[in-house]
Parts: sequence; structure tokens; C-alpha cells
Amino acid sequence: MSPEIVPAASLIPADAPFPKAAKVALGMPQLRKNLAHATGTIRAKRANVAGELDDWEPLRDTAAAIKADVQHRLPELAVEFERNATAAGAHVHWARDAQEANAIAARIVREAGADEVVKVKSMATQEIELNEHFEAVGLKAFETDLAELIVQLAEDRPSHILVPAIHYNRTEIRDIFDQRMSDAPKGLTDEPAALAEAARQHLRRRFLSAKVAVSGANFAVAETGSLVVVESEGNGRMCLTMPQTLISIVGIEKLLPSFSDLEVFMQLLPRSSTGERMNPYTSVWTGAREGDGPQDVHVILLDNGRTGVLADEVGRQALSCIRCSACLNVCPVYERTGGHAYGHVYPGPIGAILAPQLEPGRHDDLPYASSLCGACYEVCPVKINIPEVLVHLRQQGPHQAGERAAMGGAKAVMARPRLWRAALKAARLGSMPWRRKGFLRRLPWPGSKWTVSRDLPVPPKEDFRDWWKERQR
Amino acid sequence: MSATPTAREEILARMRRALDGAGEAPVPPREYRRSLETGADITAMLIDRLVDYKANVHHGLASIAAALGDAQRVVVPADLPEDWRLGGAEFVPDTELSTADLDGMDAVLTGCAAAVAVSGTIMLDAGAAQGRRAITLVPDHHVVVVRRDQIVGHLAEALPMLDRTAPQTWISGPSATSDIELQRVEGVHGPRRLDVVLLED
Ligand code: SF4
Repeated sequence: MSPEIVPAASLIPADAPFPKAAKVALGMPQLRKNLAHATGTIRAKRANVAGELDDWEPLRDTAAAIKADVQHRLPELAVEFERNATAAGAHVHWARDAQEANAIAARIVREAGADEVVKVKSMATQEIELNEHFEAVGLKAFETDLAELIVQLAEDRPSHILVPAIHYNRTEIRDIFDQRMSDAPKGLTDEPAALAEAARQHLRRRFLSAKVAVSGANFAVAETGSLVVVESEGNGRMCLTMPQTLISIVGIEKLLPSFSDLEVFMQLLPRSSTGERMNPYTSVWTGAREGDGPQDVHVILLDNGRTGVLADEVGRQALSCIRCSACLNVCPVYERTGGHAYGHVYPGPIGAILAPQLEPGRHDDLPYASSLCGACYEVCPVKINIPEVLVHLRQQGPHQAGERAAMGGAKAVMARPRLWRAALKAARLGSMPWRRKGFLRRLPWPGSKWTVSRDLPVPPKEDFRDWWKERQR
Repeated sequence: MSATPTAREEILARMRRALDGAGEAPVPPREYRRSLETGADITAMLIDRLVDYKANVHHGLASIAAALGDAQRVVVPADLPEDWRLGGAEFVPDTELSTADLDGMDAVLTGCAAAVAVSGTIMLDAGAAQGRRAITLVPDHHVVVVRRDQIVGHLAEALPMLDRTAPQTWISGPSATSDIELQRVEGVHGPRRLDVVLLED
């Protein structure tokens, strides 16, 4: 009999302020161990494949500029996308917020004569809590991504944007399958290949008979009206190909001007996310194609706070994010607390700048869930200056709450100097091979001197580094 | 449907308001590579990358039979060249086969639109000898034939070879997952076996 499953989410309260939630997470040694192991693996892989490209920095520069260009031309590109997708046979809908997007999606499912859907992993649908909404109106959403399936079976919440079950190791995953998957094979081992096989058998019939699928998209190409989904397992292909009806929920920031821009992003994304030269499967589709895949194709363009982010000149760069998760994997705070402590679907450094902007007035403590070490900025494939936005948001947030968070939160995470130093060092090493400029190699942490204040000056880049060097002595 | 146009107008208005005074859009620099060094052996590189991601590589038309292994029923796009249908298997042309029919196939044999050496990526765009997406997805074994002139070094060279608005699948190795401890493990929902047959001219 395998041990009882205790989902991390049941221990770490979703609505607690970061310092409190982080403290709970820090008291979970297995969680920390699993995170350290997984993020360590991915950091090394990412550094390797990024290091293979001698034009990594020019690619990042281009990607950052394309995203800035998209933000500047968002209205025009959104309309161009709508026109081209519609001409290719897609139905394009617009949703101001989560509720509207969920309602449109639910209506399409019913019109298709279905009461359940298969889902491709998508951050946008997590953000709008589509599964919960569907359940409330009597529809069922089945996650098909392996990690999402694990989280759904464990009745947990995702803790990472790419690998939502990153906080479970193989033995725990085996236990979850064993206890919660009705058709789990007898004597299932914790071999990853055996676990993958069990997931294949569990979902196969559902894939082959599903009437409706729900997806997100990694990119939406304005020039052609195409959507792009990047994945590994083939569950994405199943959802995008087999059902008659396909609903894709796409944040307006996912637009790219032209098809050829994929030559930039499809080099950066797989290398930054799973540390592969290319992910196993990428699907590109444009409206509906007779005799090939879904004939009833819908795209829901989602705002849900994004235009608010767009209005902030400094903060809007958060909309450049391609959800690769590299910043989570190198973040010493994330590595020690995991994703649940952030209390938002976007955890880690990107969450710390995106969550408070998407939901103004909430998550004001998250910009303090960082030591401003800068590792996130260095790995970000679209060069989002996360430390800059963190400082910007700290200056805007309510100071009292901020101070409390700084004292109680970041400090608690970093209270054990030796562990902290090790985490920092690992993060830095992981990002070294492709680093160009003379950023610090090691950042021994002066634990006793840790202070963060609301009026930390916005440091110009070079000064920031000098400041760190100074602190190091 | 009445709420939808309103949402559209409102979102566009919010965007315009947010961008009020945002200035000119930057022009992206394009300093990155668009091809490999001249003289790079792209075929050797493609093979290396395919093998790295656990695909099997075969050489020459005659090796199609071996690549199909002991598959008995093999689905093929209706326009697959006759001289590719080699070996003892029964070749079933895809004339609107049902999902259940496809699920009963041991393998699928197709061509491709392009192959990228640097990442070991085979690209399908529903063009000649490729068929619809479902036939290369449901069977557990995909044998794909790549002609020498379809191999390019770099992703940027491959994109112009694709029919941009056709349904595309870019394939880099067999189905895999990195969801367990972030290690790549082959074999989830897509074909678990990928065999690539290279035709040298
Ligand atoms: S902020 Fe950058 S590094 Fe982090 S997930 Fe987004 S794109 Fe990746």
C-alpha cells in the first residue's frame, strides 16, 4: 500500500501572503529536494543547448524587439489576425475577462452537442480557471498533458508554468497513478517510461472519441491568422487534430507580426524551456482545412487585465513573456519555495511581475519575493528586465505591506545562509556558458546583512552590478 | 452573439488608450544567423540530431522495407509514390479512413516538406506524399522519407519551403515527455517509433 497522497496545495494556502506561504513550503523537505533536483537538471540542459548557438544574444535582442513592436502595434495586429483567421474559416471571439471567455467556451461546447472536452496544457485557461467554470456549469474538462494529469489526479494545483507537477518525484507520481487512476496497470513501477505508458493507455480512448478540444497557443501569427502550439507528448496533436470542434483561448500578447518570426522564437523557446534543440512536436494551423482536422474552429482573444499591463511603460515588458519557465528554474527563491507559495498561476520571477499587474491591488507582496540577483534577466529569451520591473512595482505598491513582506518573506527564504549560497551558486553556474558580459560568477550571500527597503534606488545596469560586487566584500 | 462585437470594440479601445503616447514601434534588429557555415555537412548533422532524439535512420529507397519492420498494415497517403511501397506489408491508402481504421494500423509511411539539420526536425505541411495530420498521429510507428534536396541546415531556410497556411506538424524525434523530474523520456501519445529514410539524390 503506497502512502497517502497529500497534495502540496492542501498544505500551502493559496490566499496567504507570500512570506507565510513560503514558510510552510520551506518546512517541506521533500518538496525542496524534488525542486532542487528538477531545476538543477533543466538548468544544465538549457545552458548546454543555448551555448550551442553562437548567435544566442542577437536572437534575444531580436525577440525582445519583435515583442516590443507587437505591443506598440497591438490593435492593428489583433485586427489583422482576426481578418486572416476568419478568412481561413475560424470564428474569432473577443473576451474582456475570464468570465466572458469561459462563457463563450462553454456555449461553443454545448452547441457542439458535447458535455466534456479534452485539453492541451495552457496557461491562459488556468488563468481564467476554465476547468472550475466548466465544472460549475456541468461540463467536464480532462487535462491530457502528463504533468497536468498528475496535478488533476492528485487534486493539487500546478506549481510551475511548464511542468506543473515539478514538485512530485517519480515515486510520488507512481503513488498518485496507483491510487487515483482507475485503469492504472497492476504492479506499476516508478520507471518514467512505465508511467508514460500508463498515461498513454489511460487517455487513448478519450482522445480518439473526443468531440471538442480546448487549447491555448504559444504564438498567433497576424500575417496568416495561424496559431502555433509547442509540445512534447503528442497530446497536443491529438487535441488539435482528432475532435470536430477546437476552441483556442489566446492572450492578446501572443501575437507575432509574421510567419517568419517563428525562425526566431522557435529557436529560443524550446532551448529555454525544456532545454531541447527542438521540442518533439509543433503544430501550426490556420482556420479550418477541409478533410484535415477540426472543421469547427474557434479562437477566443483574451484581455483579462493585459491591456492594463500594456498601459504601464515599464511594466508592459511582462507581456513579452513566452512562458518558457527559464526564470523559474534559475531563481533561488523559487527553487526553495516552489510555485504554490506565490498564490498565483504565474509563479517565480515572471509571476512576481505579472500577477500584481494582471490583478492590481492583489499580490503586492510578490515583487518582494526576490533578491534582485538578476539571474532571471540573464536567462530570459526575450530579455524581460525582471529586476527593473520588480523595483518599479515595489515603488508603486503600498509601502507598509511591502516592508512587511520584505522582512517576513524574502528573509525567511534566505535565512539559512549556507543553503542560500548553494542555491545562488547553482543558479549562476547554470547560466554561465552563454553569458557574455562579466556578470558575477558567484554571489556569496551576506545573510546577516540582508536588507530590502522600499526605496532601494532603481539601479542603472552597471551600477547594480557594482553594487552587488560591493556587497560581496 | 450580441456581446461579442462590444467586447471587441472595448478591448481595441483599451489597447489604444494604453498605447496613447507610447511612441513609434521599434524596428527589430536582424543580426542573427539564417544559415549554417558554408561547407557544413548538413546530412551528417541531421543524422546526428535524429539519433540523439532516438529516431532510427536508414539509407536509400530499398531500406524502406527494413524501416517498416514487421508492420503488417501500413497506412499511406493516397499520393504516396508507388515505388516507395516496399516490403511485405499491406499498404492501405488513406481514403477517408475512420479513426478506428487508423487505430488498427501498425505504421504509417509518408514523405515530408523539409528537414532541419541543426535541430533534427522533420516538417510536414500536408503537401505531396504527406496526407492529413491524423494518419501520422494515430499509428504508433511513423516511417518518413526525406529527399536530399529537402534537407536544410537552419530553421530560417526551412520556413520558406512550407505552405504557410496549410496544417503543419514539425516533428523532432518520437513522442516524449519531460514531465517526470525534467528528464526526457520517449513514448507518450504520438508515434513512439520514428524511422527516417534518407534518399541520397
Ligand atoms: S519571463 Fe522570460 S524567462 Fe521567464 S518565463 Fe517568461 S520568457 Fe521565460
